[in-house]
Amino acid sequence: MSVDTVSMTGWGRTAPTTALRFRPRTYEEAAVAVTGRGPRGVVARGLGRAHGDAAQNAGGSVVDMTGLDRVHAVDAVGGVVACDAGVSLHRLIEALLPLGWFLPVTPATRYVTVGGAIGSDLHGTGHRTAGSFTRHVRSLELLTADGSVRRVVPGTDLFDATAGGLGLTGVILSATLSLLPVTTSLMSVDTERAADLDAALAGLAAGGAAYESARIDLMARGRATGRAVLIRGEHVPVDALPARARRTALAFRPGKLPPVPAYVPEGLLGRAPAALLGELRFRGARAARAGRLQRISAFFHPLDALPGWNRLHGPGGFVQYQCAVGDGQEEVLHRIVQRLARRRCPAFHAVLQRLGAGGPGWLSFPVPGWSLSFGLPAGLPGLGRLLDLFDDETAAAGGRVCLAKDARMRPSAPAAMYPRLPDFRALRGELDPEGAFRSDLSRRLAL
Amino acid sequence: MKNAFGAPQSLLVLGGTSEIGLATARRLIARRTRVVRLAGRPSPALERAAAGLRELGAEVHTVAFDALDPGSHEEVLGKVFAEGDTDMVLLAFGVHGDQIRDEEEPLGAVEVAQTNYTGAVCAGLVCAGALQAQGHGSLVVLSSAAGARARRADFIYGSSKAGLDAFAQGLGDALHGTGVHVMVVRPGAVRTRPARRGESPLVTTPGAVADAIVTGLRRRSETVWVPGPLRAVAAALRLVPRPLYRRLPVR
Repeated sequence: MSVDTVSMTGWGRTAPTTALRFRPRTYEEAAVAVTGRGPRGVVARGLGRAHGDAAQNAGGSVVDMTGLDRVHAVDAVGGVVACDAGVSLHRLIEALLPLGWFLPVTPATRYVTVGGAIGSDLHGTGHRTAGSFTRHVRSLELLTADGSVRRVVPGTDLFDATAGGLGLTGVILSATLSLLPVTTSLMSVDTERAADLDAALAGLAAGGAAYESARIDLMARGRATGRAVLIRGEHVPVDALPARARRTALAFRPGKLPPVPAYVPEGLLGRAPAALLGELRFRGARAARAGRLQRISAFFHPLDALPGWNRLHGPGGFVQYQCAVGDGQEEVLHRIVQRLARRRCPAFHAVLQRLGAGGPGWLSFPVPGWSLSFGLPAGLPGLGRLLDLFDDETAAAGGRVCLAKDARMRPSAPAAMYPRLPDFRALRGELDPEGAFRSDLSRRLAL
Repeated sequence: MKNAFGAPQSLLVLGGTSEIGLATARRLIARRTRVVRLAGRPSPALERAAAGLRELGAEVHTVAFDALDPGSHEEVLGKVFAEGDTDMVLLAFGVHGDQIRDEEEPLGAVEVAQTNYTGAVCAGLVCAGALQAQGHGSLVVLSSAAGARARRADFIYGSSKAGLDAFAQGLGDALHGTGVHVMVVRPGAVRTRPARRGESPLVTTPGAVADAIVTGLRRRSETVWVPGPLRAVAAALRLVPRPLYRRLPVR
């Protein structure tokens, strides 16, 4: 097992801290890393895609799980896979898609590990029907503070605390997941313009497709405030393809651009590029376009084609914000979008989507209703206060802000948003009285 | 922990009665700072400063600390760091001395040097070690533009700050990659009263220095000049030939 001291940040590249990084290749080595932790605790880390500081542990230990990357077994008839927690979703899709199986929940990137997806209880644009990632977990193995391994199944308190538990209940070693049958690796995509936020909300509320989201142009002002492109997708059945295309129906060949250089100057993605990109996207999407075929990789993970795209924001990094509010609280979304538009905040990857029923995870983010997410350069003056204001509005409307993406919340904020936080704390106090599992996020928010 | 905008949750001010230190603390309390420790010689002024910050809603402690007693630094500061994470240390103590008197009484000059340089080196190293152990944090060192090039008018003070400045830069390089961020702040002449008409635009106020520190934390800057144009002025002054430099008007 290699051990080194490295400085780490989240995907947003803000607030770097240094920790001792262990890279176990077996469960035993992972247990050694956990039991041999220092006084500042330990936390597991996957591919480092959490935007904030969820997988950092200043002055302590970080267990890099990407070395534990074996797919143990695939039930190609029943649609079940058992794998290590360090396996990336990319690898799973690569292995499973040719067999006619797909992940029931796919976040905006496939470069996350299974452990990370469970710890953050990720969700995708299909949340309304498919729920979040942990809904499809049949069981998992959890390495606890004393070095013992527990098998955790849904319906237990430990599972509910671990699902979306940000790695604070233990190190997830392996998991068994249910899969979704598909017959092709293609998506049938409909795009439609929505002239303003109300139209976007109405378009999404109508529902119907398996995967739905709205890419909002947060730079548009005036009557066009909140204008969006609605994107709906469905898996294409094989019999809908022409005969020639059926031969490679399940192929998975994601394209890749050259990576973003290591140094990009600050402010490249300022107001003008953000406005231009929004304009291009809106104009580029023809008013209504139905049935366009798209590869799974292009539909779900367009940004994965550009490795290291987070470096485009420059050395100052960026902050990702995601909030969810219930049905009937659309006014909050209006206010947030209006404020961002009025201040001309250069927001990127702004997505509005529907959320279905929440999962059992105590700190799991999705609540039924709406979710709005966007990224902003961290160097934007006054951004801290603006986002605090959004926190307050969201909390007042009974909504919540995603912890896995957070890098800046007030320590008092989560208690108002996550009613099960006391249960989570109590379970951690019992399971891990010494506080072995700690991260910068848990320190910052006193979770 | 610091958040994405570099705002610390806990702050240690070495030199707890420093105007700049307190102005910075006030601004940080308005952001995320909840715990402030003011370190300085026990005095009514220190307690008053603590009470002022408490009114803003922070949990404020005072710590008995003497820059001129380096032997005690390890113990005093060790105790502070043992109480919990300190996300930011502001090294704000320093004395200006009286140039004319100190030239005649060398022991006065020695005290300036010992406070501004020796004391700061010791406290800086102790804090750097503790920050390194916790794997994160910012060490903000208040240097001075006077240290950029010694002037006839205040070379005793200037030389002590020049030493501190070089020390802090080196420390910043030594700590690069350890998660600890060292920021050197070089204010021009700091006035506590509002600037008068016709006064040099390079004169600054504690509030402006505090604002620059907060911005520097957000940007993770390594060197901050206050006001900003001083950077160019200092660079130009460094190139002025000495016969001319010593004749420059003192302001």
